[in-house]
Amino acid sequence: MTNSPRARSQPTLGTTPSQTVGPFFALPEGLPWPDGPELVTEDTPHAFVLRGQLVDGAGDPVPDGLIEIWQADERGRFAHPDDPRGTTTSFRGFGRCATDQQGRFWFRTVRPGGLPTPRGEWEAPHIDVTVLARGMLNRLVTRIYFPDETRANAADPVLEAVEERRRKTLLAEHDDTGFRFDIRLQGDDETVFFVL
Amino acid sequence: MATDTNGKHTDDLVLPTYARDDTSHPALHTPEYRSTALRNPQRPLHLLPQNLTEVTGPLLGHERVGEHDHDLTVQHEGEPLGERIVVSGRVLDSDGRPVPDTLVEVWQANAAGRYRHSGDRHPAPLDPNFSGVGRCMTDEQGRYRFVTIKPGAYPWRNHDNAWRPAHIHFSLFGRAFTQRLITQMYFPGDPLFFQDPIFQSVRDPKARERMICRFDLDSTIPEWALAYHFDIVLRGSRATPFENEDDDDDD
Ligand SMILES: [Fe+3]
Repeated sequence: MTNSPRARSQPTLGTTPSQTVGPFFALPEGLPWPDGPELVTEDTPHAFVLRGQLVDGAGDPVPDGLIEIWQADERGRFAHPDDPRGTTTSFRGFGRCATDQQGRFWFRTVRPGGLPTPRGEWEAPHIDVTVLARGMLNRLVTRIYFPDETRANAADPVLEAVEERRRKTLLAEHDDTGFRFDIRLQGDDETVFFVL
Repeated sequence: MATDTNGKHTDDLVLPTYARDDTSHPALHTPEYRSTALRNPQRPLHLLPQNLTEVTGPLLGHERVGEHDHDLTVQHEGEPLGERIVVSGRVLDSDGRPVPDTLVEVWQANAAGRYRHSGDRHPAPLDPNFSGVGRCMTDEQGRYRFVTIKPGAYPWRNHDNAWRPAHIHFSLFGRAFTQRLITQMYFPGDPLFFQDPIFQSVRDPKARERMICRFDLDSTIPEWALAYHFDIVLRGSRATPFENEDDDDDD
């Protein structure tokens, strides 16, 4: 399932290690931006709000987390030169939101399109997520899928590789304003996290 | 995407593949750093293939960087207290290639070891002339440069008489979601390394050294500021065509 390369030259430099984001990234003018959670404006057609809560292993909210998302536009396009299909969008695709005292975060965005893979598969609409917080020495990565994409989700190679019992942790739920996606760092319903 | 009669796809969607670098990084579960206890997943991580979403990433541009964002000593009326330093270096990938036009964000304590953050309870003075936040873009050679003051060490409650070594927090995007990195830059010869579980969470001594800047005489500003050099290495990639689909075992 990995797109491992056939031949790769040995890396020449060791990478810089990850360290925790710590508790103080949200100082004034720090990492969070005023419009960080808004990938699109409120009047954008099909825009919705995605809300969630970051929860630790004791079930307590994480009030000092930072959530970042990265996604394609509605047609499955990225404003990025490494998309070999060409760059036909100006969609920012990136959002950043610090959690509040209740561990809550939100984004205003649109549903991304599905995506082809190099293996000829088709990925269901999804949003990549980075979770950062004090007490986390490296980022965690997860994906948000949409609950009403039954057929696309059933064919998605990433979801398929996750044991069925845990797949629901990758599915957002419908709510009043759009979708809800909670992130649980530990516990019976621990979110599925990825290495990549 | 077109497929031929054998169900194999015929248009190659050629994507870069970013090399794994797991041995550089600390374990999410590092008991000496107590806050990891409730914040590290207990279940095995799944492997996420590097598909379109992973090999692309936000290309945040110059609109995020203000005129004085790279110079933390000129962001206020007066000058901040402390030892002025220049911190510069390059953002490279592990293939040794520069990472140009990428946003570098930094944040740090002031010279007394205090952050301008409501959650910082260290009874050390705030400095009205120091915010402790910087941003810049790398140039076409991957170079970046900040002017700031040397941050102070500060106590925290991880263990008895725990102190963080002086450090500057760095956030990097690179060009792909795979390359996102949050790290901390430390100063050479800091006497607090031995007792710091965050620094020590990187087990490989060589990898640890990659978090320590070096004194950089050439970048000093005579009669004004000392200087340190800090290169940051992100995961490298090589565009690899998937021409040998036949001997590619999927399981
Ligand atoms: Fe710090």
